[in-house]
Amino acid sequence: MTAQEVRLCGLLLQEHFGDVVEKVGTHLIRSGVLTLRALAHETKLPLDLVKKSLCVLMQHGMCAFGAGRRGPAGPVEYHIICERILHMLRYPRYIYTAKSLYGDTGELIVEEILQRGQMTMSSTVKTVADRLTHNMPEGQSMDYSEVVSAFSRLVETHFLQRCPPLASAESSSSGEVNTPLPAVTKHTEPEDHPECYKLPYINLTGQGKRRRSSEDGEAEQRAAKKAKTDNSERGDEGIYWQVNFQRFHLHFRDQAIINAVSCKLDQTSGEIVRTMLRMSEVTTSAHAAFTQALSANEIFRALPSSYNIARPILDQYLTLLVDDPMEFVGKTGDSGGGMYVVNLHRALANLARATLESVVQERFGSRSARIFRLLLRKRHLEQKQVEDFAMVPAKEAKDMLYTLLSENLVQLQEIPKTPDYAPSRTFYLYTVNQLPTARLLLQRCYKTVGNLIERRLYETKENKRLLEKSQRIEAILASLQATGAEAEQLTEVEEMITAPERQQLESLRHHINKLDSSENQVDETIFLLESYINSTQAPR
Amino acid sequence: MAGKGRGIAAFTFNIEALGLSRGSMPETQRGPTPLFPQIEYKPVPLKAGEDEDYMRALKQEMRGRMKDLPFNVKPHAGKGDVERYKEKYTREIKRIEDDNWTPDWNRLPKELKPQKKIIKKKRDTTKNAKISSKDKVEVLNKLDELEKKGDVKSDEEDEAEGGKKEDGEEGEEEEIEAEYDEELEEENDYIASYFEDGDDYGGGSDDNMDEATY
Repeated sequence: MTAQEVRLCGLLLQEHFGDVVEKVGTHLIRSGVLTLRALAHETKLPLDLVKKSLCVLMQHGMCAFGAGRRGPAGPVEYHIICERILHMLRYPRYIYTAKSLYGDTGELIVEEILQRGQMTMSSTVKTVADRLTHNMPEGQSMDYSEVVSAFSRLVETHFLQRCPPLASAESSSSGEVNTPLPAVTKHTEPEDHPECYKLPYINLTGQGKRRRSSEDGEAEQRAAKKAKTDNSERGDEGIYWQVNFQRFHLHFRDQAIINAVSCKLDQTSGEIVRTMLRMSEVTTSAHAAFTQALSANEIFRALPSSYNIARPILDQYLTLLVDDPMEFVGKTGDSGGGMYVVNLHRALANLARATLESVVQERFGSRSARIFRLLLRKRHLEQKQVEDFAMVPAKEAKDMLYTLLSENLVQLQEIPKTPDYAPSRTFYLYTVNQLPTARLLLQRCYKTVGNLIERRLYETKENKRLLEKSQRIEAILASLQATGAEAEQLTEVEEMITAPERQQLESLRHHINKLDSSENQVDETIFLLESYINSTQAPR
Repeated sequence: MAGKGRGIAAFTFNIEALGLSRGSMPETQRGPTPLFPQIEYKPVPLKAGEDEDYMRALKQEMRGRMKDLPFNVKPHAGKGDVERYKEKYTREIKRIEDDNWTPDWNRLPKELKPQKKIIKKKRDTTKNAKISSKDKVEVLNKLDELEKKGDVKSDEEDEAEGGKKEDGEEGEEEEIEAEYDEELEEENDYIASYFEDGDDYGGGSDDNMDEATY
């Protein structure tokens, strides 16, 4: 774990789970694997707080446990899964995708499960139905069956999956019996479990309940207690569902490819690629470099009916896509009118390359970007050749190259002419390696997000007094309006905030909005670079 | 090897190969790079659209909501504080849930479960306290008897009664308090067993000492 990743994980944990969990989590990331006692001793926190933090982290799938170095008889060891913490940056994107695919119900389901880490199906359905009912006009309520159907659709398309069960059954009798735990090294994927996407049979009928005002609070508490005991009768005890992040990531990747094609060529080509990706969703594995080969006939049949493209025009589009230098689509055969595949890994590499080029362009100017692109294409060039090919005057080319070199975006490669690396008889070539440069940029992105979060915390802290005052006044206004006050009283309360304070609040809100938006958008770059780097690594 | 002449700077490699010439060397670095360097080109403005606004709103909402969930583990507050009157209503309004949620213990290692055996000890102390407040003379007599019988038996009696009490009750409030007490118990472990002799501590040790005190 790099220093920037650790810092970012710490900030994210603190934002979502508080200081205690942050301290425990950061220490555990830095140390790798620790037992409970060692962790409590080194963080100097009370044992029960450490236990609670570990429970919270495991509930959200960010911490895993296994038999320690001393084997199954020894104490249990815990380790953190860093990438799950970094996924927290992307939660709004997951929720928004669910909303665009499955509507408000899908959105709320994914939001609830993300907030709680793991949930059973019945509790999810009940909570979501209650929330939807709360937003509906008085008198209407959300039926459970609608929520259940949305849930089923999410499971069918693999956006939700069951949490993997523990490899060995825990004995529920006494606490002293130490059952053998799975070894830390064995990494079970949730998909190894055959029933990963099987919906449990539950009998859940009813409608969402509306939240009453505080007078009925007592009755609700009693009802809530009763509901808790009812849970065991629902029929899906012990079956927990979690969000399948990998599926969401595949979806984002597909979206990125389709957008790129639409931007580069035109809308219709984008639709064709979308169709191809949709058809090969189920048949392509997560780490595949290409989709399954699809024949042109199949693509023609599968195109949405709103696009009235004639068959020869489709063929022309496909040829265009194949000939494009970005190599999104490749032709692998001629049967069935031509067999076509989408080159997933190459598309990711090209998208990452475009990102790198754009970063250089925005930071150092278009001429530096031209030199950078040249080096990417031609691999190794001497100083003189760079000047000639890029058509940039010598002095400026030198300056730009040195700037890029000092930023580590460009490297020097020595090629000796003689066995002793005599400097007067060695070639010095400039080169750009895409993969290490992508990693470098990714770390910079993590640092950027960390800086954005820290700045936001600073801004909030500076204006804490003002924020609290405005919150109190809003609460007073809300209660006054609820009890039906006159306009004069309302204006009187509103005037408690002076005009300059109002301006200050406004600018504060504007800054925080900007910082939040920036975090979301830097995360898009992070996703692209991460996908590219992961695609170059051999699948585990 | 010396260069062209003594005292004249000479590089060990052919600087023409890098495009440098003696007259135009790039600037040397003077100290570490500034913390906020000057940027020549203004950054590209953020994407601003409905999607981005919605995602930003989602992010802010989620941040606020996470603070209220029981997953936000808070450090131990002062135990002596009475729950403020308004807290009951703020919890209601902000939908802050119970401070303690119970995870499914089947999926977690056993050692993370808060220990239940401490409850017995807590019941012990309150029980002893209740007894002593009721009838002091009776208690003193009882303690004298117990001291004569031996400490082991009194422990067994107390634990048996404490155990019965524990079975009859459920609830996580005891667990919290028990967890808190666990720290006290652990730190004072030595002292607690020492004081089990009760009020006769000072007198008891004096009785057993044959040596003279200095």
